[in-house]
Amino acid sequence: MFPLWLRLYLSRDKSRTLRPKSLRVWKPIPAQHRSFCSHFLHYFLSHCPQNEVFSEEEGAEDVMATGELNPNHYPAQRAAKVVQHYLTTRYGSPYRLFGLQRVHSGNAEDVGDSGRKYQLEIAVHEIISNTTQKCSAEVFFPHGQKQESPQVQASCEELLNISTKAQEEALYQQYKMNQTLISAQNLPDSHGHIEPDTKPLWHLGIVASSFIMLKESNENTLYNMAQVANITQLATENDQLKFDCHTLLHDMVSQVNTHNYELLDALENGRKSKLFP
Amino acid sequence: MENYNYTKYHPMDEIYRWMEDVERANPELVSSTIYGYTYERRNITLLKLGQNNTAGREKKVIWMDCGIHAREWIAPAFCQWFVKEIVNSYKTNEKLEQMLQNLDIYVTPVINVDGYIFTWTNNSNRLWRKSRSQSLPNSTCYGVDLNRNFKANWGTIGVSFDSCENTYCGESAGSEPEAQAVMDFVGAMVNQTLCFLTIHSAGQLILLPYGHPEISAPNYNELVSVDPNSGSSRDWARLIGIPFSYTFELRDKGKFGHLLPENQIQLACEEAYVGALSIITYVHEKAFNNSIVSNSAATTVKHFTLASGIAMMIWSTIMAVFVATGFI
Repeated sequence: MFPLWLRLYLSRDKSRTLRPKSLRVWKPIPAQHRSFCSHFLHYFLSHCPQNEVFSEEEGAEDVMATGELNPNHYPAQRAAKVVQHYLTTRYGSPYRLFGLQRVHSGNAEDVGDSGRKYQLEIAVHEIISNTTQKCSAEVFFPHGQKQESPQVQASCEELLNISTKAQEEALYQQYKMNQTLISAQNLPDSHGHIEPDTKPLWHLGIVASSFIMLKESNENTLYNMAQVANITQLATENDQLKFDCHTLLHDMVSQVNTHNYELLDALENGRKSKLFP
Repeated sequence: MENYNYTKYHPMDEIYRWMEDVERANPELVSSTIYGYTYERRNITLLKLGQNNTAGREKKVIWMDCGIHAREWIAPAFCQWFVKEIVNSYKTNEKLEQMLQNLDIYVTPVINVDGYIFTWTNNSNRLWRKSRSQSLPNSTCYGVDLNRNFKANWGTIGVSFDSCENTYCGESAGSEPEAQAVMDFVGAMVNQTLCFLTIHSAGQLILLPYGHPEISAPNYNELVSVDPNSGSSRDWARLIGIPFSYTFELRDKGKFGHLLPENQIQLACEEAYVGALSIITYVHEKAFNNSIVSNSAATTVKHFTLASGIAMMIWSTIMAVFVATGFI
């Protein structure tokens, strides 16, 4: 599992939405690579060799399918999963989460030597309201020496139809007004169970992890968040809510689990209707 | 056995006890066999489901194993569910009873016993995947991915030679006692074996081995490779000549992954049970009644309540493949 430490900052600003404001990530580097980095527990990703932290699948396909893709096979599925992560980072909140329902069609083409572009028609499932809708998306995987994040463009029919503002506002108030700082571990636990009052924290972990999963995805990965190992609210002096979050990510392709440490700022839900830029 | 809760996950000692109870309660149907020992010297036990064949015909074999990957708890849960369904329904289901007179179904609820027990020790071990072997005395890392250790293009695609990695394939093909136990036992009855089913989780698809045409299963998540998945039990089975060899991947697609909530055990097992039984029925008809594929399948499927439309789609897709390829 990839452990991920997340610091969640939830604060007010003009748009007043309970959404990630910014993300800072620290990733522990395996012992054999520590000579390149300081020996503190937390590291900034940019200081450490990223491509050695993640296990590359040996024997990855050299020749990728071009043109029309089988929507059920892995090239289209992996690209579509990236779209899921993208949508979660853009629109996700404790009350709005996305799953990949289905890939209807897919197309891939090389863009010179710079990378590979996928065009997809997919069905996306909003988990909490249990609604499904279609999206068109384009995913570009850059091919460089170093791992670079894929670039995504997506347009969906009615992604934001169901307003989650009231719930987000209530959650913000609840966490802000709490006498004690909230903390939870192992979401879900070994038996797949999540206490109902910790579910929003699990959702926050998914949103935050999606930033990392989006960033680290390539054509040979298929990431899901396996578990929030620990999420702990930290005290703040201002309107912000702040969380430390340690999550485990699972890559279906390599079957590697990694720990990640994330710092996530999220904003208080507000009265303005416009949620997104 | 009547009080056993099939919608909860059980630790290994309870599963061992359950196997004894099932055998004791159903002696005319169930017998157990210890066919190997794990690295840590634990029994690898299967339950054989079958009835005496009054006609004296040679019985054919169906193989089903669960729990090759320790963290996939839904798989052993399914094997137990499967046995329970057979035991509870064979007396009132004529078709099933007939099949059990012609077939022996060998079910191993947990192959990777050491790994499974390890996932129960504490939260941080819950997501362990491999066995618990230690290749070198001073090696810091444990375990081999048992589904990369079989003799089928071992060590080629999708593996790691690093003993610390989750897809570590072992020192050599069949180096692991768990994998070797399966290969020895199934190998000895390969001529009678019609079908090899290996149950996994967190993918929600049916994987076909190499050589089969591409198929779109409805709750498809990811087809890992249409090439041989190096060292997998499924491809080993196909290579030694077992005609029908499938990996069943149960729920879910990634929302819970391996940490599937217990309240989904029933749904997951019902889906998979219909699928598994459909395949078993098909291979039985093919071997014993030699009837036209589509007709016989339609007839026999009616005997089983289809719990989910998804399973029906899986079934009909499989049928379309067999008809199209004119399978032996």
